[in-house]
Amino acid sequence: MARRRFAIPVFPGTNCEEDVLHALRAVAGQEAELVWHQERSLAGFDAAVIPGGFAHGDYLRAGALARFSPVMEPLAAMAESGRLVVGICNGFQILQEAGLLPGAMQRNRSLAYVCRDVWVRTEETGSPFTAALTPGETIRLPVGHAEGNFHLPDRDLERLEAAGQVIFRYSEPDGSLTEAANPNGSRHHIAGVRNRRGNVAALMPHPDRAWEPALGGTGGLRLFESLVRWSES
Amino acid sequence: MSSSFGAQVLVRLRPSIYDPQGEAIRRSLASAGVEGIESVRQGKLIELEVRADSAEEAEARVREIAARVLANPVLEDHVVEVGPDSVAS
Repeated sequence: MARRRFAIPVFPGTNCEEDVLHALRAVAGQEAELVWHQERSLAGFDAAVIPGGFAHGDYLRAGALARFSPVMEPLAAMAESGRLVVGICNGFQILQEAGLLPGAMQRNRSLAYVCRDVWVRTEETGSPFTAALTPGETIRLPVGHAEGNFHLPDRDLERLEAAGQVIFRYSEPDGSLTEAANPNGSRHHIAGVRNRRGNVAALMPHPDRAWEPALGGTGGLRLFESLVRWSES
Repeated sequence: MSSSFGAQVLVRLRPSIYDPQGEAIRRSLASAGVEGIESVRQGKLIELEVRADSAEEAEARVREIAARVLANPVLEDHVVEVGPDSVAS
């Protein structure tokens, strides 16, 4: 299978772009390039991964101002055309604020910036982050965020669940859902979602910080395998 | 002739949404010995100065950016107020 070419949009304040670049190239064996947010074209790219950080400083709300960056237009077109567009952490918030993924992130219920390992349970495997996983599989990944408290009003949340758009929930290592395992107060323990079509997805934990033992864990490997498998299908 | 108009956008969490910041303030007040505060909710006030030809135009522009970006409708309600022209030019 030919290697895919991934764009990694970089906004002022993005800080995980090198992690994602290395993971895509060295770990996943794909082609990947950083793309400055002023870029107006993503011609030549097959897919995009929006990395974590603090795009535009997060001063108004996390991810809110990124939608005005020129690169968001070709990115939305890429999503619209059915190609793979995913976000990690701040990339999740950016995709929500741009209207490409449902929900909004509230301040963590504890008000603290949460920086620790969590476990997530795989809910469904029709997304770029879960294509190589099995339903119910649990994975340990690090989180680092202050606004990861996933919110949707009741009725929208029911629709999201009914459509199978929840891809990961915070859980115990055995997959059980407890309050202690939910690091930020997210409704329904939601750690990751996808759009209806399945080509746009995001999660708050960082697979880009967990792909070799020296980093403290290898849980992220399975997610990068998924990105490759999904883009080949 | 355009003028400068003062505008205020009050952004608040929707009433149905738990506000951890407001609750933290309430608890802090209680632990500091302030009595009788039953509930605290924290929002934000965004003040803008807008150059426009009329108050109506200024208000329309502020309403648009308030709905489009200053508030997130999933979480927040907002109220826009535009004051009288402050500086003519």
